[in-house]
Amino acid sequence: MSFPESFFSSRFAITRGDLESYLSEALSKGGDYADLYFEYLSTSNISIDESIVKSATQGVSLGVGVRVIAGERTGYAYSDDLSPQKVRQAAHVAACIAAGPAKVEKTPLEEGRKRNLYPVLTAPHETAFLKRMDLVKRADAAARAYDPRIFQVQATYADSLRHVMVATSAGVLSFDRQPMARMGVAALARQSGGAPQRGYAGGGGRVELSFFLEEKTPEHFACEAARQAIVQLDAVDAPAGETTVVLGPGWPGILLHEAVGHGLEADFNRKKVSAFSDRIGQQVASPLCTVIDDGTIRNRRGSLNVDDEGNPTQRNVLIENGVLRGYLQDALSSRILRASPTGNGRRESYEHIPMPRMTNTFMLAGESDPADIIRSVPKGIYCANFGGGQVDITSGNFVFAASESYLIEDGKLTRPVRNATLIGNGPEALRYVSMVGNDLQLDEGIGICGKEGQSVPVGVGIPTLKIDRMTVGGTA
Amino acid sequence: MSQNHLAELAQQTVKQALERGATDAECTIREGSEFSVNVRMREVESLKQAGSRTAGLRILRGKRAGSAYTSDLSAEGIERMVASALELAAITSEDPHAGLPEPQELGAISTDLQLYCSDVERIETPVKIDLARAAEAAALDADPRITNSEGGSFDSRLGRRVFANSRGFAGEYRSSYCSLAAVPVAREGDSMERDYWVSMARSFAGLEPAAHVGRVAADRVLRRLGARKVETQRVPVVFEPRTARSLLSNVFEAVHGESIYRHASFLAGRLEEKVATEALTVIDDATIPGLFGSTPFDDEGVPSRRTAVIERGVLKSYLLNTYTARKLGMKTTGSASRGVSGNAGIGHGNLFIERGERSPGEIIAGITDGLYVTELIGSGVNIVTGDYSRGAAGLWIRNGEFAFPVSEVTIAGNLNKMLMDMEAIGSDLEFRGSTAAPTLLIREMTVGGR
Repeated sequence: MSFPESFFSSRFAITRGDLESYLSEALSKGGDYADLYFEYLSTSNISIDESIVKSATQGVSLGVGVRVIAGERTGYAYSDDLSPQKVRQAAHVAACIAAGPAKVEKTPLEEGRKRNLYPVLTAPHETAFLKRMDLVKRADAAARAYDPRIFQVQATYADSLRHVMVATSAGVLSFDRQPMARMGVAALARQSGGAPQRGYAGGGGRVELSFFLEEKTPEHFACEAARQAIVQLDAVDAPAGETTVVLGPGWPGILLHEAVGHGLEADFNRKKVSAFSDRIGQQVASPLCTVIDDGTIRNRRGSLNVDDEGNPTQRNVLIENGVLRGYLQDALSSRILRASPTGNGRRESYEHIPMPRMTNTFMLAGESDPADIIRSVPKGIYCANFGGGQVDITSGNFVFAASESYLIEDGKLTRPVRNATLIGNGPEALRYVSMVGNDLQLDEGIGICGKEGQSVPVGVGIPTLKIDRMTVGGTA
Repeated sequence: MSQNHLAELAQQTVKQALERGATDAECTIREGSEFSVNVRMREVESLKQAGSRTAGLRILRGKRAGSAYTSDLSAEGIERMVASALELAAITSEDPHAGLPEPQELGAISTDLQLYCSDVERIETPVKIDLARAAEAAALDADPRITNSEGGSFDSRLGRRVFANSRGFAGEYRSSYCSLAAVPVAREGDSMERDYWVSMARSFAGLEPAAHVGRVAADRVLRRLGARKVETQRVPVVFEPRTARSLLSNVFEAVHGESIYRHASFLAGRLEEKVATEALTVIDDATIPGLFGSTPFDDEGVPSRRTAVIERGVLKSYLLNTYTARKLGMKTTGSASRGVSGNAGIGHGNLFIERGERSPGEIIAGITDGLYVTELIGSGVNIVTGDYSRGAAGLWIRNGEFAFPVSEVTIAGNLNKMLMDMEAIGSDLEFRGSTAAPTLLIREMTVGGR
């Protein structure tokens, strides 16, 4: 697809000349760099509760964000009206971050190399609504059928189709069509006299609707949610204090996201407010740990053909054999640090200033058999699933909340334990990794990462990991 | 777009939906503008200024609901939105409890809530930049150990919300908001910490002085330096007002009508039961002038009101919208809340714990060994069971005084028991957001550490 056939050109009659003139306006006060981010987002949401499809919503939003960088300063404005007068007005407002005569000559725009990491011919958003509604009905029925103790089920399905176009004063012109779909199931279980317990599962990605019909079906997510709720019915109190923790593969990779991922975002590091600032080349994890952020994995939730600043995403090594190798860059930080962009400049929407963000963050597989890892622990805790996590990047302290975990006693998983929070310190936690499994798994496509009020979809993954020392919060 | 135009547009949209086959309809239009400036290390770092609008429509066809939204308020955009909502209502399920509030339930309170102050609109950009700069400078200049900063910032927002439905309700209100914050970073040896202070107000005149904002932020970050982990133990835990507010948010989730009818709350089915210490009274009041949680009507067009949620330890009311009230055979508490589209959810107005008698100093003075919590992180609260387990940082209390800073610990308990074990409620209630709580003391919780 070339520019004339692109979404914004064909639908809104935006020309190359228009883009160049908006960029000129943006740089008219002496800014060093400017970019335009056009976005057209259509979304659908369906939810079922008590076996009734109670809510279905669809909608569209569109707009353009204009950013100007002058030195280390950023000026930003946006408009939800794409008429030339309104876009130019936004460009003028953003331009005023600089004060002086224009110093950048007009750069001709060139289309970058094309690739398609999500070759989705028909986005789920473009399929019949009834077919998508059927997914939540199936999930509801499957979770209820799983066990008579399941008494409440809620299932949601949401998809979106985002068309974006980025034009920068560095001459980059890129456009992308970004499909996304996600379903989630929550189940409540109860047995005679006891308190109810909750289970949750979900997943998706930049996929066709067939993903939910052939690969990860509504029944798959429903049974997983129901299973987790049932497991919790027999859970005992979690221990409190320092103990050995084994993390199961997949979604518990949220550990990496919190313990190291955020701390390696270049904005925090150039400002030297991260616990990882000035630590490139230092040992920050056990030599068994190699951590990657990769925005190029096909069909994954965290993947993008180009980031939200028009740069292609790539595979970035963050930690190699325990040594800190690199940061996640956006355009601003890479300019200031004189580093190459890494394709991690992301934003929630046209109303938001881009920042360095993760894509799909995971640890490479090691050599241990997962069963041997568990067998090696005399006393500890095994975490199979998590709710969410959070980090204070300055102190490096992070938490994550286990939603399904078990006691390990004499090398065996014994009783399930109730939800507990685990806490650690980023630059220290991974030093205690003593075994890495050969079973790397990515999560099923459910992650949402929040930073400074902006949410973006991400992926995580780990193989089974043994961490010799970590604080478990206990219950009651 | 002028004020009258948006109100008219909402009513016309409702009319259009009815003409095209809806049996009921409700339309929300939101218009807002935002300004923000961040100054870091005394230089302007970013400046943002813009505005946008969105319209949302929810319609019913008998007992089936459908909804849609758009940022395109042109005639074609609105028409497409109406068609989308109608298309969906043709295929969703019949829900016997779906529907709008009864006409007699609709209305708005007539008190002047002072939600909009024009001084926020009039303030010039250079003044805003100077304030952000002054807030950061006050923090940077407070102590040589404050060597870095994430900045000082000034934010403001102006908004207008318009709502109309097919049962005859039409209403709108404007609101203003501004805030001034400082986020200093302090360092001593290997210890690096960050903290913040923010002042928020409906009016520009209501903001705390920049020097105060910076100084409080500085004090907060300095007292965290050199924090250490403590042994795992069971001790009294004091929540300062900033963290006590989060407990109140947990109570809100537990009295949320949707959690109640799904039996997904530890407070479900317990109306008129004693659920907390007698000293605890929790009020939700959206009618207090000038506060952040005040509105003349909720997001279904029901007048705002004051609801006692917990009164002297007894659970008196859930927070309900029309739908959850019908499910439970009760009346709405005027707590409907939504963005612009979808079925109404539930929100709160100004949700607060009534002030107690003891000053924070008196509460701390009575503790031999305990944790004073100044920060909570993570999401480890299970509203279904009340299980509570979160990451915490704060100060250790020894013999009635702050002894040393603590971090990388967890606190755990169960909300059922924590509400019963609330041994002291402070006299220091301040409204710094739509939830407000004074200092709280819980008799005993598990502190997880070494």
